[in-house]
Amino acid sequence: MFLHDIGIIPTKTAGSQDGSGRANLTNLSRRGFVAGSGLFVLGISLAGCTGYVEPDVDADAFDLPEAGPSPLTEVRGGDATPSLWIGIEEDGTVKITCHRSEMGQQVWTSMAQIVADELDANWDDVAIVQAEGHERYGDQNTDGSRSVRYNFHRLRVAGAAMKQMLIAAAALYWELDPAQCSAAEGKVSNTQNSDTLSYGNLAELAGRLAIPAEAEITLKQPDEWRYINKEIPSLTIPKLVKGEGTFGIDVDRPGMVYAVIARPPQVFGRVGSFDDSAALDVPGVIQTVQLPDAAPPAVFQPMGGVAVIASDTWAAIQGRNALEITWRDGPNAGYNSDSFAEAMKATARRPGTVRRSRGNVNSALSSAATRVEAEYYAAHLSQSPMEPPAATAEWTGDTLECWACVQDPQSTRATLANILGIERENITVNATWLGGAFGRKSKPDFVVEAALLAREVGKPVKVTWTREDEVRHGFYHSVSAQYCEAGLDEDGNCTAYLHRTVFPPIASTFVDGLGTPTDGEMGLGASDVPFAAPNLRVESGDAKGHLRIGWLRAVSNIYHAFAVQSFAAEMAHAAGRDQKDYLLDLIGSDRTIDPNAEGATYPNYDASLDEYPIETAKLRNVVNIAADMANWGRTMPEGSGLGIAVHRSFLSYIATVIEVSVADDGALTIPGIWLAVDAGTVINPRHVRAQMEGGTIYGLSNALYGEITARGGAVVQDNFPSWRLMRMEEAPRAFEVEIVASNAPPAGVGEPGTPPAAPALANAIFNATGHRFRALPIIGSQGSRLTFPQDDNA
Amino acid sequence: MAVTLTINGKSETVDAAPGTPLLWVLRDHLKMTGTKFGCGVAQCGACTVHVDGQPTRSCITPHDSLGGAEITTIEGVDGRAADAIREAWVENQVPQCGYCQSGQIMSASALLAENSNPSDADIDNAMSGNLCRCATYMSIRRAIRDAAGNL
Repeated sequence: MFLHDIGIIPTKTAGSQDGSGRANLTNLSRRGFVAGSGLFVLGISLAGCTGYVEPDVDADAFDLPEAGPSPLTEVRGGDATPSLWIGIEEDGTVKITCHRSEMGQQVWTSMAQIVADELDANWDDVAIVQAEGHERYGDQNTDGSRSVRYNFHRLRVAGAAMKQMLIAAAALYWELDPAQCSAAEGKVSNTQNSDTLSYGNLAELAGRLAIPAEAEITLKQPDEWRYINKEIPSLTIPKLVKGEGTFGIDVDRPGMVYAVIARPPQVFGRVGSFDDSAALDVPGVIQTVQLPDAAPPAVFQPMGGVAVIASDTWAAIQGRNALEITWRDGPNAGYNSDSFAEAMKATARRPGTVRRSRGNVNSALSSAATRVEAEYYAAHLSQSPMEPPAATAEWTGDTLECWACVQDPQSTRATLANILGIERENITVNATWLGGAFGRKSKPDFVVEAALLAREVGKPVKVTWTREDEVRHGFYHSVSAQYCEAGLDEDGNCTAYLHRTVFPPIASTFVDGLGTPTDGEMGLGASDVPFAAPNLRVESGDAKGHLRIGWLRAVSNIYHAFAVQSFAAEMAHAAGRDQKDYLLDLIGSDRTIDPNAEGATYPNYDASLDEYPIETAKLRNVVNIAADMANWGRTMPEGSGLGIAVHRSFLSYIATVIEVSVADDGALTIPGIWLAVDAGTVINPRHVRAQMEGGTIYGLSNALYGEITARGGAVVQDNFPSWRLMRMEEAPRAFEVEIVASNAPPAGVGEPGTPPAAPALANAIFNATGHRFRALPIIGSQGSRLTFPQDDNA
Repeated sequence: MAVTLTINGKSETVDAAPGTPLLWVLRDHLKMTGTKFGCGVAQCGACTVHVDGQPTRSCITPHDSLGGAEITTIEGVDGRAADAIREAWVENQVPQCGYCQSGQIMSASALLAENSNPSDADIDNAMSGNLCRCATYMSIRRAIRDAAGNL
């Protein structure tokens, strides 16, 4: 139960965040626990029937030495100085700064759980302060499923340090040894009697004490956790159900005008000429503004075009419809998805660049009893959060303030400084709530648009992307073609495994003309393949980007897991074996895998392989759990089938079993999904289950329907339903998640649910129908059912 | 031209261009941003409001066609069905990002006001116009069943 209202509180009220840098921060870190100063309201708490009245702790009554600088600025994960993360108000409110963006993963709640647990705060006292974009927080890029992983340790340290200082303050007041005091529920207790002092009362004195060094801080043992690994209800949901809370598109500023932009249909297309006379006649339209043409590389710059500024969003949209623009072709005018797909598939059939190798695949293939080969293809996708990109910018003289639904307010600020040619110190970027993101909102091009337009028109400007804009002008998940080949011995065991992957890399958005898949993308499900085959080779082939290529939930893991886990089932079929049993054999004995030892350059999600090894035992464990949950091996009715896939991504291990039922006419239903996840230490099991459900459906929606195509360099799809998402009636009827209990370091959960979805679906359809779908999407935006045979290239 | 609308029981006079959809009158003119923009073509349901109790896509409904109608938005919806839906939404922790949830709640509360014991097919039918990219569909089904049980 939440008895108080949780709101977005401007960061500037919280302690030390005045933007002036480290020295001031450190100083305030000792002084800044209490916002404001002055007399405390006498805190009165009646403990039982003793008639105890809590005295007012007067910090000025203590003659304290200078406390010195914070010793916690460089703990693992970054700065753990308590005042950077925690502000305790006189009334006991515990303000916890969340420097990551809230986009539905419940990061407000999970960050607060971590801090509040070690702090022993009363949960009902917790309020969140959403941080602006600033380097003081360290990494703020809310992607890569790493908010918990990056911050778990340092936020625990910050909370524990703060609690220790509150206890020290109480001990000072009571003239006791700190060991004679204990903290719980936002109060310090005197263990010699039943006296208590509340955190709000102690905060100012505590803020004048020395911050303990990390070695002096004792973190709780897992069995002492009160909030961590508990199903604490969300801090955002009570507001959301009333339509409250501010998303990027909801921002309002005094005097604000509204903009929509007609952007070139092609990436790096340009405005030839335009006639805005009809647009200016639309009631409510104020003016038009031509934006500068874009030039490669894309990075995060706006794509140019013509903006219509109006007194409301609808007038701006109507004005845009009335614009007459002649577009000029750019360097991507020749991009057609059909021919590009054929070219990529041809590349995938030719020897590529070796990215990992052991043994001798070629000789093992030539001596194999059976050879299996398959080609896989997956289309471009759009992230399509339900809230399209939207940003508001306001200039005051030379300073710029922006409010936007961005995943990384810090890189947004840097991008604004770079493109607008002003100092970062003159820019404030406020992250609103994000109405979904899925990678789209890690690119701040839309914020730059708002800033440019606000400077031009001299008023606050809100830029809203319509759905058509979001679908046509995105940073798309890459299109891919893959080739797999295996050799099996006479018993059906895999002796040779070859996987070749071809896709335009995300790096093509940042380096013009770059077409070689990066080590990072290869490490998303290709170079980290966990199979035990004695001969194994992973290759890449080049492909250039002609749309802006960007991150989308789980990134390259989506197409790599689709190919690798579909192919595992194809090998099982060739061997006449059960999919699940064969998958376990492919993974092989319990061991850790180091792709670097076999020629790969494997980033492991920027984590060390010592701390987060690739453990085959964990893969096998989740396979067995998911299979048991689904009652794998049961007799299925005609037209029904189970399919399984397992994948490690973002350092988590997930196995998914999907049941499909296919009618004679190809109509597909999904009666059930069973998923087992090992994500290490879990902050909130509810969040994990929600992300597993959401990530899986995201993957299934894309696998069944998702397809962005280009013709003449321009994206063909424009809105729902030509860009189609899964709806209520198509969602699975049952969905069960089992979380493996673990005290291992926390791993990611926002993305790893997605990759196993597509191959588990394709494997289930194969078991139900005997048809193998090797191209995504399986149905597409226009279809209503499976059509056979979709692909017969084996 | 000024038009007077009844929104959440309150009379509101707005001066928007003829034909302006109710969605933008709510959001931009009246600063009632609980009703969301998702597609502009009545395909996603994020903009759902009630017009005389019926779930209606405000993004394609001209505001000047609504004189005399009772308009209800997420900020004002109440009554047994809406209260039960909100409670079940919190109890089941339905929203993730929450952006589509105003529309989901408006569709679900209209369903429950009409039909206090909806079948799975009724739920699918009533909710199929509301997209959720976070895919809270399973939670929504659970919450609607719970809300019906609590009516």
